[in-house]
Amino acid sequence: MSIAIAVGLLTAAAVYLFMQRGMVRIVLGFVLASHAANLVFFAAGNTAYRGVPYIGSGELGEQADPLPQAFVLTAIVIAFSITMFMVTLAITTTTDDDTEDVEVSPALLLAADRGDTNDAGYFGLTTESGDIVVDRGEDETGDPWPEKPSGTGMASGVENSDPAAPSAATPDAEASQAETTREGETR
Amino acid sequence: MTEILPPLLPLAVGVPLLLAALGVALRKKRLARHIISLGTLAALFVFAVLLVIATGDGTVLVHQVGLWDYGVSIPFVVDALSALVLMIMSVLAIASVLFAMATHEARARFFHPFVLVLMAGVSGALMTGDIFNLFVFIEVMLLPSYGLLAMMGAKLGAHGARIYVSVNLLASTLLLVGIALVYATAGTVNLAELHGAGKEDPAVALAGGVVLSAIAIKAAVVPVHGWLTRTYAMTSPAVTALFSGIHTKVAIYVIYRIYSLLFDGDERFLWVALVITSATMLIGVLGAVGEKTTRSILVFHMISQIGYILIGVGLFTLLGLTAAIFYLLHHMIVKASLFLSTGAIEETYGTGEIDKLGGMLKREPLIAVTFMVAALSLAGLPPFSGFVAKFAIIQATLAESHYWVAAVAVVVSVFTLLSMLKIWTGVFMGSEPDDLQERALTYQQRMHGKRYLRVQAQAETPTLTIGPPTATTSAVLAGKQAVKVPFKLIFPAILLAAITLFFGLGAELLMGWSETAAENLLNPMDYVRAVSGA
Repeated sequence: MSIAIAVGLLTAAAVYLFMQRGMVRIVLGFVLASHAANLVFFAAGNTAYRGVPYIGSGELGEQADPLPQAFVLTAIVIAFSITMFMVTLAITTTTDDDTEDVEVSPALLLAADRGDTNDAGYFGLTTESGDIVVDRGEDETGDPWPEKPSGTGMASGVENSDPAAPSAATPDAEASQAETTREGETR
Repeated sequence: MTEILPPLLPLAVGVPLLLAALGVALRKKRLARHIISLGTLAALFVFAVLLVIATGDGTVLVHQVGLWDYGVSIPFVVDALSALVLMIMSVLAIASVLFAMATHEARARFFHPFVLVLMAGVSGALMTGDIFNLFVFIEVMLLPSYGLLAMMGAKLGAHGARIYVSVNLLASTLLLVGIALVYATAGTVNLAELHGAGKEDPAVALAGGVVLSAIAIKAAVVPVHGWLTRTYAMTSPAVTALFSGIHTKVAIYVIYRIYSLLFDGDERFLWVALVITSATMLIGVLGAVGEKTTRSILVFHMISQIGYILIGVGLFTLLGLTAAIFYLLHHMIVKASLFLSTGAIEETYGTGEIDKLGGMLKREPLIAVTFMVAALSLAGLPPFSGFVAKFAIIQATLAESHYWVAAVAVVVSVFTLLSMLKIWTGVFMGSEPDDLQERALTYQQRMHGKRYLRVQAQAETPTLTIGPPTATTSAVLAGKQAVKVPFKLIFPAILLAAITLFFGLGAELLMGWSETAAENLLNPMDYVRAVSGA
């Protein structure tokens, strides 16, 4: 009975948190929901039996069912890793944890006005003003790619036509470029 | 061969996992990662072909992992259905990886390892004979998918990834509760031991219903389909193609497997499946009408096609199941081909919006032909595999006197054709927009940076592709030369389109395999006997 009440309360709280806009609250909702699922597993194993479940260590009728506990152990690990990933999604990808659409999120609109497009950089893809650098490798001759575009053979007209194109002279851009490279090396 | 293969079954999970770890370790060796990834996927394909041959006569291959006795062990079981699905999925993975290598997405350090872990999860989910292990393998399959989606969707913002992770975690939690309830009511999670439990005991049937509902969310069945359209269009075409062929299709496989074993094809619940699948067909195809980009139209069609595939569950006759399995295999190939051919345009010209494209028939005749083949196959016109698939499905519904389901299927086909024509007229016919070239160049620059722009100075018509810059880059950047889709981007779509043509003309072959798989589903006693060793 106490497990049933606990599962009900956890689920109700989880559903309430799912309905919130903030990503962190949704993540907390999932934490509660996975607790509820784990408790259902314990209930399935019948909590009245609490003996040590080794063969020969006691009466068979008193030994606990080890299977649900193994299930719960597995489920906890999986739920924990996904929770961590969701927390990462909540903090790294946008300027706030609002789950509203891109078009209507005021924070993103403000970020766009500022020209701040650093929102999307993670996992080997780093965007700085739209440039996505994928795992800087080497060119066909085996030399590493140059740090900055050399400028030779490039038509400057097209370069400027991209409103988000980085201006190499800006110290900010250089700093973030250096940061990117450092990140790429430590990864 | 039936003696050698079973002990090798766990390797289909273990080897990709191990090589994924190796791929992560080889951080500076991009070429090695490419080779490892493609090599593993090719080996998985060969293994799946061997399994298809070995299970072709209805044999069920079983390996009790760790050689524990039946009842204690967690078995790996392969019958014709799992072998066929694994075979097609490894083909799709190869095609998607080739596409991702062409777009340079595969250069990212974690791309190949993620794909390999994904395929390890797929092999496990298709082979496992234990419902809790099924949950674990589905999670193994999903975790790298979260990474892929977020990584490749970075340019489009995190919202797709957030919805995807949230919905899938919710479905997984529900699945976990369902499995707990199955264990509580039936006392086991071994699929062979669960055989028929849902038919005899209403409590187990209810628990199985929770499991099926959770899987239905993952399969994007109406009314729980909304997440699919909001996430699959939010990542790169290569990842969309990979996911389209794998995630929802593994869920469909699980629905078939559980309904065959746990419910033993119980006839009392069939009408529920028929109502849901009809709604899925209709709502999916109508949703596509309002969409503006090629990919979102295709994603809505995916939902509609999932309805077709699940008709087989609602009929649960030999003809119905055969047709549905044929449809499943055909659909995985055709859908991925469509995603890749429109994706090639999207990756080159920087947009998938129908209004902003046009005249591609003249500019990219090869893609146009590839798209046409796959689109006609999807709509169900001869001589492609789609015709055979749809014809068989409709025949099976008529044989069971479900005339309204057959009517819905026919009407939805017409709408599918109309939608494909919408993409065709919008993207391939008509006149080229003036800013097509400019947008393509801007996009290439944004995506790949100036370092990766290369001009192939071939004779008179140099074309611009992705790669290191050369002296003539400026000529193309100044807009004097034409942007063109490189062949390596078109090749994966052509490969899959060729397969649909092959299975259309040689439908006998695939139909025969599907029939074996359907017989296995219809007589789960073979499965139970093989696992229990009785």
